[in-house]
Amino acid sequence: MTKINVTVDGVSYHDDVEPRTLLVHYLREQVGKVGTVVGCDTSNCGACTVDLDGLSVKSCTVLAVQADGSEVTTVEGLAGTDGLDPMQQAFHDNHALQCGFCTPGMIMAARDLLRHNPHPSEEEIREGIEGNLCRCTGYQNIVRAVQAAAGAAAGAAAGAGAAS
Amino acid sequence: MTAVSDRPEAEIGKARRRKEDQHLITGRTTWTDNMVLPGMLHLAILRSPMAHARITSIDVSAARTRPGVVAAFSGQDFAETQGSLPCAWPVTKDMVNPGHPSIAVTQVNHVGEAVAVVAARTKAEAQDALEAIEIDYEPLPVVLDMEAALADGADLVHPDNTSSNKSYTWVFDSGEAGTGGKMEDALSGAEVTLTRRFIQQRLIPSFMEPRSVVVQPQGDGVLVHSATQIPHILRTMLALTVGIPEHAVRVVAPDVGGGFGGKIPVTPEEVLTTLMARRLGKPCKFTESRSESLMTAHHGRDQIQDITITAKRDGTVTGLDVHLLADMGAYLRLVGPGVPILGAFMYNSIYKFPAYRFVCDGVFTTKTPTDAYRGAGRPEATFAIERIMDELAAELGMDPMELRRKNWIRHEEFPFTTVCGLTYDSGNYEAATDRALELIGWDALRREQAERRERKDPVQLGLGISTFTEMCGLAPSRVLGSLDYGAGGWEAASVRVLATGKVEVVTGASAHGQGHETAFSQIVADRLGVPFEDVQIIHGDTQSSPKGLDTYGSRSLSVGGIAIVKAADKVIEKARRVAAHLLEASEDDLEFEAGSFSVKGSPGSSVALGEIAFAAFTAHNLPDGMEPSLDSDAVYDPVNFSFPHGTHLCAIDVDTETGMAKIRKYVCVDDVGNPINPMIIEGQVHGGLAQGIAQAMFEEAVFDDAGNLTTGTFVDYTLPSASDLPSFTTDRTVSPSTDNPLGVKGVGEAGTIASTPAVVNAVVDALRPFGVTDVRMPMTPERIWRAVQGGAQ
Ligand code: FES
Ligand code: FES
Repeated sequence: MTKINVTVDGVSYHDDVEPRTLLVHYLREQVGKVGTVVGCDTSNCGACTVDLDGLSVKSCTVLAVQADGSEVTTVEGLAGTDGLDPMQQAFHDNHALQCGFCTPGMIMAARDLLRHNPHPSEEEIREGIEGNLCRCTGYQNIVRAVQAAAGAAAGAAAGAGAAS
Repeated sequence: MTAVSDRPEAEIGKARRRKEDQHLITGRTTWTDNMVLPGMLHLAILRSPMAHARITSIDVSAARTRPGVVAAFSGQDFAETQGSLPCAWPVTKDMVNPGHPSIAVTQVNHVGEAVAVVAARTKAEAQDALEAIEIDYEPLPVVLDMEAALADGADLVHPDNTSSNKSYTWVFDSGEAGTGGKMEDALSGAEVTLTRRFIQQRLIPSFMEPRSVVVQPQGDGVLVHSATQIPHILRTMLALTVGIPEHAVRVVAPDVGGGFGGKIPVTPEEVLTTLMARRLGKPCKFTESRSESLMTAHHGRDQIQDITITAKRDGTVTGLDVHLLADMGAYLRLVGPGVPILGAFMYNSIYKFPAYRFVCDGVFTTKTPTDAYRGAGRPEATFAIERIMDELAAELGMDPMELRRKNWIRHEEFPFTTVCGLTYDSGNYEAATDRALELIGWDALRREQAERRERKDPVQLGLGISTFTEMCGLAPSRVLGSLDYGAGGWEAASVRVLATGKVEVVTGASAHGQGHETAFSQIVADRLGVPFEDVQIIHGDTQSSPKGLDTYGSRSLSVGGIAIVKAADKVIEKARRVAAHLLEASEDDLEFEAGSFSVKGSPGSSVALGEIAFAAFTAHNLPDGMEPSLDSDAVYDPVNFSFPHGTHLCAIDVDTETGMAKIRKYVCVDDVGNPINPMIIEGQVHGGLAQGIAQAMFEEAVFDDAGNLTTGTFVDYTLPSASDLPSFTTDRTVSPSTDNPLGVKGVGEAGTIASTPAVVNAVVDALRPFGVTDVRMPMTPERIWRAVQGGAQ
């Protein structure tokens, strides 16, 4: 067992973990963040995507001990008392989910995409989320949601600019 | 405030955003694998690495001593008690079913079959302990090829209890059935006869949530949480298989992460987890890994289709002769044998074929069992007919669309009884086709194609057509009975108006991503005239929703939705009696509109449904003899299937030098009857298209010569990602169903059924100048390149 300190969705945890424990299993089984899910065992599906110190990672590719001292944000940390994260809202508005199993990972990956490229083209969006598999939606509405979120962010930025 | 001002607009037809999204986008989900119970044990399953072998010895004792391990068992430990997994569709009286143990006892018949199970405190401990199990196998010959499996003297998959690898032969002959002419006559009198073999490769449904089951012993019974499509059927089947009284089994399907048919059968894992929980007296959980899922959750398709079409020189089709070999894999699963039989009714598709014969052999092989996968039989049938129509057009030198127009059922001919004896209630193939041709700009594309052919452009343009219909709803029960299906096709619903005027609706159609809560709420909101937000849909728990037949085959709306309408109508009738009593009017003088009863001609005199519900709750002042409370149940057994249809068109660029094919435009016009929620319809179509295009271009389950699944992870089994797919143009025409009060049909499978032939037809069209008449699926760049090099395959 190894001791780790991790902040998950704003709360700090001091836990003992087995050295082989993957971050996704730590999050699900020890912290109880079951919104983050496991869809494969080869790091292909992206269902487990979270933010680790501001970087989007597939949490099945990281050991929990590697997250020691880090800050993790999961899908459960996005919506605050003031409502949904813009990407969550965009997914809802654009019917970008059906069964919803890929959705947490997809939302995390899509947020990361916009962080690096606030105005992606359709092709850039499709490439940007190609590490996340969805079996239900055919992706078209996910692409729309990301475009909408990008538009909303651009709108908000323009609004803020005008106000200042 | 009255209901009228709360909801001025009709809900049906509105692109309502989904009720079910909130908890899914925020991660507050109830996936089965999330469940943690006091004292819960985790199971790990040792699986056979051999496709076909006798188990000569197995020793699990060392596993029992590993840390955290509570129990370890082999199949022998369950030999007496496990029963056989159910197959509910004995398609012929003499169908051979060798039985299907949930854990192998003396012999394994496909790679991945369970041979031992360990229960431990944690999943990791259970998995570690699997390594301590000692097992010896004596290999048996593998049986992988269906034709070889049927040859005389073939090695048997089940040598102890079968005499051949054939499970059944199922035949339909329109001459004998009296629904059409004799195929022999069509063959002997044909001006043109064309025969083709098509291969429906094996696919893996690949729902994103791996299957998971948690079983809690409760008294004499069990509480089962499972990622299943069929909580109600599972309840009955678990009771029968494991020998628990049905009333002591409760099944809950909480959030379920996709199914596509893949979560229909009663699985070995569900039965084994139940057996373990009962034996150990503790809650047990089993969650599969993705590689276990790909290997052992059932596969779909896997048919060899030999098709002969006969026609006159003018393009009039005179007959269709179909012979299928359908790979059942090692065992018969819940509805596996029936999948090709469902397809049998769809080969004639939208066409007026005068004669039709269908023969299907169900064959055992030492591979993962097959069962329903999105569309179940209908995609296979549609593929074959739409491919051979293109080939016939080429043979006759006709435009493929003209050939279709010449043979299809015209709008004014509905209702139309087909050569299979099904009566299509409504449809308008002309309208959907004309709209699709216009949307894609067909004529301009044809000109471009000619021009590129002319200048020998290395990138050729192919144009593919798929016109289709399907049978949805999977009912009436009587018809299913005539096909020897082991259940009915009805659906149940309850509608309860609570004391506060809010509405609870119970449906037997439990969802796994389709948006039932939203669509059903829209229907109820309109029917009862209450706000959409005031309706709650309850499903997926056999205790709160005790009656139902679950979700598959696009039946939820056209069967489950109508059951809700029937229950709501009964509620309205009861409410009318209360209203008449309260208003001191005659029932006949009352009108019900926007959630309120008023006396005709005196609108001031009215009472809202909520007030009636409160009166029915307090029961202070009800008509004499009336039972309190405002609710009702209904069970609806449809009078007919529903028949959505559509036209899908695909334009694809095919690089003849590299074999790369890229969809440039995909246009589909689907007719699913009256739309309830256009946004959900579009989403269903998109997802279906992705799966059908994936069959055409990406996916195939491949076994090596030893019977190992070589596409056993998402590294090798290529699910399309966002960058593999284009955006689609979707549109609708509306031919309301005349067989149900909402005029709805069904949409879940349309995209998958129609898109596969559209894409393959497009690629073959691009390559026809090179002498290519077929490309086997999935049409990888290598296969396309080889087709170009080799001409006709
Ligand atoms: S579970 Fe991490 S990528 Fe699939
Ligand atoms: S919504 Fe079901 S997998 Fe994406």
